[in-house]
Amino acid sequence: MIAGVDIASMLLGGVAAGMVLFIVSVGLSVTMGLMGFVNLAHGGFAMLGGYAIALAMKHWGFGFVSALVFGFVVTAAASAVLERLLYARLYGADELDQVLFTIGLVFMIIASVTLLIGPENQPLALPSFLRGQINLGIIQYRAYSVVLIAIGIVIVGALWLGFERTRLGAQIRAAVDNRRMAESLGINIARLFTITFAFGSGMAALGGGLGAEFLGLDPQYALKYLVYFLIVVAVGGLGRVTGVFYAALLIGVLDFALKKYVPQGGTAFIYALTILLLLWRPQGLFGAKAT
Amino acid sequence: MTEPLDHPAARALAERHRLRPWEAIPWLLALGFYFAFPKHLGFGTELLVTVLFALSLDLVLGYAGIVTLGQAAFFGAGAYTVGILAKQGIWTEPITGLILAALVAAAVGLGSGLVLLRTQGLTLLMLTLCTMALLEEAANLAHDYTGGFDGLDSLPIAPLLGRFEFNPLYPTTQYLYVLVVLFVCFVFVRTLVYSPFGQSLRGIRENMLRMHAVGAPVRGRLVLCYTLSAAIAGIAGGIWAQANAYVNLGTLGLDRAATVLIILVLGGHGRLYGAFIGAVAYMVLSHFLAKIYPTAWQLGLGLLLVVIALFARNGILGIVAALGRRPAPRATS
Amino acid sequence: MSAPLLETRALCRNFGALAAARDIDFRLEAGARHALIGPNGAGKTTFVNLLTGVVQPTTGAILMKGRDITGVAQAERVKLGIARTFQINRLFRRLSVLENVYIAVAERVGAAPSMFRPAGVRRDVVDESMQLLETLKLSGDAARRISELPYGRQRLVELAIALALRPEVLLLDEPAAGVPSAESHIILDAIDGLPRDIGVLIIDHDMDLVFRFAERITVMVSGAVFATGSPREIAADTEVRAVYLGRTGHG
Repeated sequence: MIAGVDIASMLLGGVAAGMVLFIVSVGLSVTMGLMGFVNLAHGGFAMLGGYAIALAMKHWGFGFVSALVFGFVVTAAASAVLERLLYARLYGADELDQVLFTIGLVFMIIASVTLLIGPENQPLALPSFLRGQINLGIIQYRAYSVVLIAIGIVIVGALWLGFERTRLGAQIRAAVDNRRMAESLGINIARLFTITFAFGSGMAALGGGLGAEFLGLDPQYALKYLVYFLIVVAVGGLGRVTGVFYAALLIGVLDFALKKYVPQGGTAFIYALTILLLLWRPQGLFGAKAT
Repeated sequence: MTEPLDHPAARALAERHRLRPWEAIPWLLALGFYFAFPKHLGFGTELLVTVLFALSLDLVLGYAGIVTLGQAAFFGAGAYTVGILAKQGIWTEPITGLILAALVAAAVGLGSGLVLLRTQGLTLLMLTLCTMALLEEAANLAHDYTGGFDGLDSLPIAPLLGRFEFNPLYPTTQYLYVLVVLFVCFVFVRTLVYSPFGQSLRGIRENMLRMHAVGAPVRGRLVLCYTLSAAIAGIAGGIWAQANAYVNLGTLGLDRAATVLIILVLGGHGRLYGAFIGAVAYMVLSHFLAKIYPTAWQLGLGLLLVVIALFARNGILGIVAALGRRPAPRATS
Repeated sequence: MSAPLLETRALCRNFGALAAARDIDFRLEAGARHALIGPNGAGKTTFVNLLTGVVQPTTGAILMKGRDITGVAQAERVKLGIARTFQINRLFRRLSVLENVYIAVAERVGAAPSMFRPAGVRRDVVDESMQLLETLKLSGDAARRISELPYGRQRLVELAIALALRPEVLLLDEPAAGVPSAESHIILDAIDGLPRDIGVLIIDHDMDLVFRFAERITVMVSGAVFATGSPREIAADTEVRAVYLGRTGHG
């Protein structure tokens, strides 16, 4: 018998996990939709950001929030450099070359982290005000998960506003829909790519730090969760912030619930579901259909 | 009117399938290895199986242009076919076991190909990943048959042709067996690649829209190619299971699929012998470096991939071909 | 009266709110030399895409020799005898010129599915490909990769592929675009030399080419047929002048 408390608990946990997936994956979705570039190294940026945040707190006395900002900025800057120097050379290239390049990049990231820091899991100490439980009326739940949900909602709201109301957002949306036309309208595509890529990687860093409590933080992180990020992006539809949001929530809740109630075969179900969804709608649940 | 076949280009096309003398070298080397390094036949067997697996990927990636990270699905399907049949005592004869492995893998390839090849690009890549991951999970769940995480070991494999035993300590039989199977499969792939069918695959790879516009049944060709490639990958997996008397989830894993992709690209995809060169280069390097300095190995491998993607996308054979083109322009194909 | 070679009835295609094709009635007879002109964005390429099956119409019908082919897939229509060239080259870039044409001929004669005999064994396919290259003065480049050729020569290969399919209906989307004027006569000669019984529809902006080649001209504007007639009628039509010929530069 599944009681109401169990359902609430499952939903909260799943939504919180989904929020982490969303925050990490949204950057990947926008850059893939905008640049048409298969970036398998995205998990590596999330991991680097997570490490930056954890180490800033552990060794350099950063507070939680300032560490998050630090991780965002450092990862965004590093990825902007990589984008200008390396990624930009492969924009017109074969899909195979993009896959090889990003796999190679993520191998290098994983190996570097292992060599410089070590293969163990990197604990991230949550500040005291985020530990413990919160009373939500019907249920006592982990404070951190509730905060994560709130953060996720704020982020998706801010992103939505940013895309709908700012000129930069409009430019990105235009370029995602039709790059050639956007170019002919005078939009500086190269600059747009760099800004979007940096921002997306910064978001991934945030997700890596915020999600360390659930997903852990070790050198294998970059590849361990890559398939999940890709699934969220593919199911949500490339370049659609709301699409990624719903897809992340869906996957998060499903995964959480399945792990709890059907520990065997939960992952298989998600893979099967992804296959069926993508076959039914190859452009993702919310993606634009190719005319 | 001039005789069209006097034209060098026509002659080149008409004769490009002819055997060149140097094509005997890989086989002579392989035989020589058997006599020169009797203590390393285990490594040699693994190398030959890898070549076969990379060859299967070349057919679908190098010639048809399908970017897949899920080729291990078919390798594992073949391996588990052999493994389960042997462990359950249902079937232990090696040659027919390989045929069964090929059939099962081909069925998986046909089934998945029919649905997956409706898509392209990232969606297709994702679907190949998910299909392979799904198979891996399924194998994990069915641990009563598959041995789950531990796999199935000490597989009873009947002696080859009733006479030649598979001895895990002295893999002489395994080595020659794999060599013969590799030869047969290679002849098949080589024939296919130089046929009009193979030519149309190249066309699909180069410009799928144009192939539609010349009336080619593109999806049917792709599915057929995918199925054949799956069959060969299944043979590779099945023979791997027979040679090692062992099968586990690693045969279905992303690690194996990514490694074979790296090997093929390193050697040079779409050039028939890239599988050989890539497998030798990768396995020799990995044999010496990977176990001693695993993290440095990963770093170096990553760097190599980045360099290949940026500067040498056609791999070792591509570099050789480019060097060969410098002194005098030649007809290429 | 026998059915025309190719015909559309009330053909419409919408992309969301955009009406790219509006109620097009069109006839192409066997042996026709028909030109389709109009300003940029008039929907000419969309029309060719509809005829070849690259795009499905929203409403309306396409008939070939009286048979409804609206639902027939692109590859099937090629088998029925409809071939086209693209406005921007769609070639097999890393293959040689000869291979490019070989692929098309092989598909037509049904040699392509053959898996166990070498491509070169089909001497008939190789010969025919070479002969076609001879007619288009491409035999010197037969062994060269497409990516090594200048754009103008690539355009010739684009035409060669369409001709290799021995179509009954040939749709040429700006065939001379990008070809240097020193070589454009090769394309024009090839078009002049096309078999008289096939129907040819050319889209182009080059008025010299259009008036030299066409026996019939259709003017399209904003997705709809604006005017149809002989070259003299069209040239004399003041409304056509105003809407299209009156524009400076390329309309």
